[in-house]
Amino acid sequence: MSELLTKSAARNIFYGGSAFFFAIFIGLVAHTHYYARTTSTDESRLTASVINGKHIWEKHACINCHTILGEGAYFAPELGNVWLRYDGDKDPKSAREALKAWMINQPTGIEGRRQMPKFVFTDKELDDLISFLEWSSTIKTNNWPPNKAG
Amino acid sequence: MKYQTQAIAKWYWIAALALFAVQVLAGLVAGYIYVQPNFLSELLPFNIVRMLHSNALIVWLLLGFFGAAYYIIPEESEHEIHSPAIAYFQLILLLVGTLGAVVTYIFNLFPGNPIFGMQGREFLEQPLWVKLGIIVAALAFLYNVTLTVLAGRKTAITNILLLGLWGIAVFFLFSLYNPGNLVLDKVYWWWVVHLWVEGVWELVMASVLAFIMLKLTGVDREVIEKWLYVIVATALFSGVLGTGHHYYWIGAPYYWTWIGSIFSSLEVIPFFAMVLFTFMMVWKGKRNHPNKAALLWALGCSTLAFFGAGVWGFMHTLHPVNYYSHGTQVTAAHGHLAFFGAYVSLNLAIMTYAFPHIFGVKPYNQVLNMVSFWLLSGAMAFMTFVLTFAGAVQTHLQRVMGMSYMEVQDQLALFYWMRLGAGLAVVIGALLFIYAILGPKKEATGLEGAALQPAE
Ligand code: HEM
Ligand code: HEM
Ligand SMILES: [Fe+2]
Repeated sequence: MSELLTKSAARNIFYGGSAFFFAIFIGLVAHTHYYARTTSTDESRLTASVINGKHIWEKHACINCHTILGEGAYFAPELGNVWLRYDGDKDPKSAREALKAWMINQPTGIEGRRQMPKFVFTDKELDDLISFLEWSSTIKTNNWPPNKAG
Repeated sequence: MKYQTQAIAKWYWIAALALFAVQVLAGLVAGYIYVQPNFLSELLPFNIVRMLHSNALIVWLLLGFFGAAYYIIPEESEHEIHSPAIAYFQLILLLVGTLGAVVTYIFNLFPGNPIFGMQGREFLEQPLWVKLGIIVAALAFLYNVTLTVLAGRKTAITNILLLGLWGIAVFFLFSLYNPGNLVLDKVYWWWVVHLWVEGVWELVMASVLAFIMLKLTGVDREVIEKWLYVIVATALFSGVLGTGHHYYWIGAPYYWTWIGSIFSSLEVIPFFAMVLFTFMMVWKGKRNHPNKAALLWALGCSTLAFFGAGVWGFMHTLHPVNYYSHGTQVTAAHGHLAFFGAYVSLNLAIMTYAFPHIFGVKPYNQVLNMVSFWLLSGAMAFMTFVLTFAGAVQTHLQRVMGMSYMEVQDQLALFYWMRLGAGLAVVIGALLFIYAILGPKKEATGLEGAALQPAE
């Protein structure tokens, strides 16, 4: 590398520049935090049931088969919009029943088909889990996913 | 080996290699479940296997970094490690935590318990007590190496290495924050995941590569350290705001689609600079170092990182592309080659360089080691290609045509079989590498001669 840039100049650019970009990043994330709480999600609907549903989601490591908003494992379908796939926006009651029935019936044991593990849920846990999925489907995601398939 | 305490690295690296074996074996099982989905489905479901695979990966890479720090810092600071006792305590703490996590995952212990239960966020599944143990271990480590560096010579290599390791610890603290609002959860989850692999880990990578170049090529320290600052500057200038490429579709503001696309595209620069750096140093260097396998791994590291992180990362980082490819096998393809090229190869490079010094012998089992390089790299490249094809087909059928997820997966079976084949080759390559490093040393004769001592 040329003589134009000395080592100490390179060092100062590194430290100064990194601090600069990190400061901008923190500012933008602070705004993003505010935006998430006020605009892209509806915190008034973030009930104890939804939060408990999120804990149940985590307790069973669902994320290590499924994606949610496109993040997670790629072994099983996207669940950020599963509520909409079950038409929960049009008929929440039937969607809830259908989702419950689906989860209780796993694993199917069908030969050659990917299996869900055997989870033991109480009725309340199932309700909370579905509330969490319902709430997740209302997040404003810049219109992702492109279609219902997720 | 010039300093006694450099030998601490040995135990870190042996532990790391053992977990490397666990990682690729778990990967093989996961790959087998993809093609034979009923396999183990009740005993050890896919999500648990995947946790073992990803957690073993992260822990062994970190153990490798710690080992590298214990090896490099005494030589660079011309000072023994402050306290070997703390270093071994740290290792034991990390191993107990790892074992605890594995046992918790496999036997599903204390489900839902806030302290002892598995925590169920991708990559950060460790129970709280393990996370706290990791933090204590990190603090012990930072205390130990920082005091060593302060007491000795300060070089750019130690500065950047320390900064990277401090950053790893600081950003890991965000793993403790898990808000009920999924959007906020995701925003800060990336502070661990992205700011690690595309931020502070790159500092570790660049400084370890700089150390290896210094030793293998004999190029002037001034030249190498100037390169080092330029590389890490481009890494952080692009990588910090580049976090935006994960904020497109998770409920963050729209401006991230622009900021993320622009800055993450620039993330290719540091990876390209590392290719230029390593090849130019070898070109310029006058030294004909006998450890050819270490040189191969170091050049392989910068090259494969450029393809895995740089090229495969750029492929899906622009938001109009990512809108369709987000969360498909394209992501898995990129994740595999990026991790392998950048961080697996980095660890294997420094181990290949340092183990002969630790054992006090001339470079040994060089051919075997180089065979393992080609086998591992070839197989990982093949795995990446087949997953990329799978991902392209998936993106088209599912995201463009709207075909349902499960139907699409049936179309991808052939690719998953090929991935499994590649995985088998990776496992063989990994075992070969471990054997080349720790097995009987055929050509190993005598203590290291004066010729091996780097003349700075
Ligand atoms: C050193 C080599 C390897 C590295 C660094 C590595 C790394 C990773 C990473 C980071 C993930 C998470 C993927 C993501 O979320 O993007 C993953 C998942 C996975 N890996 Fe590997 N892996 C390696 C070898 C293997 C091998 C040998 C196999 C065996 C065929 C394998 C099979 C899998 C499978 C099946 C998944 C799950 C993907 C999914 O969620 O659908 N990996 N690996
Ligand atoms: C060595 C450095 C890197 C490593 C180890 C790495 C690894 C990964 C992994 C494991 C994921 C999946 C995370 C998840 O589970 O959701 C990921 C996602 C991603 N990476 Fe990287 N990466 C690196 C560098 C880069 C670079 C330099 C770029 C851009 C030029 C990039 C672009 C992306 C993008 C756009 C995604 C999101 C994919 C999606 O939308 O599903 N990565 N990376
Ligand atoms: Fe990233």
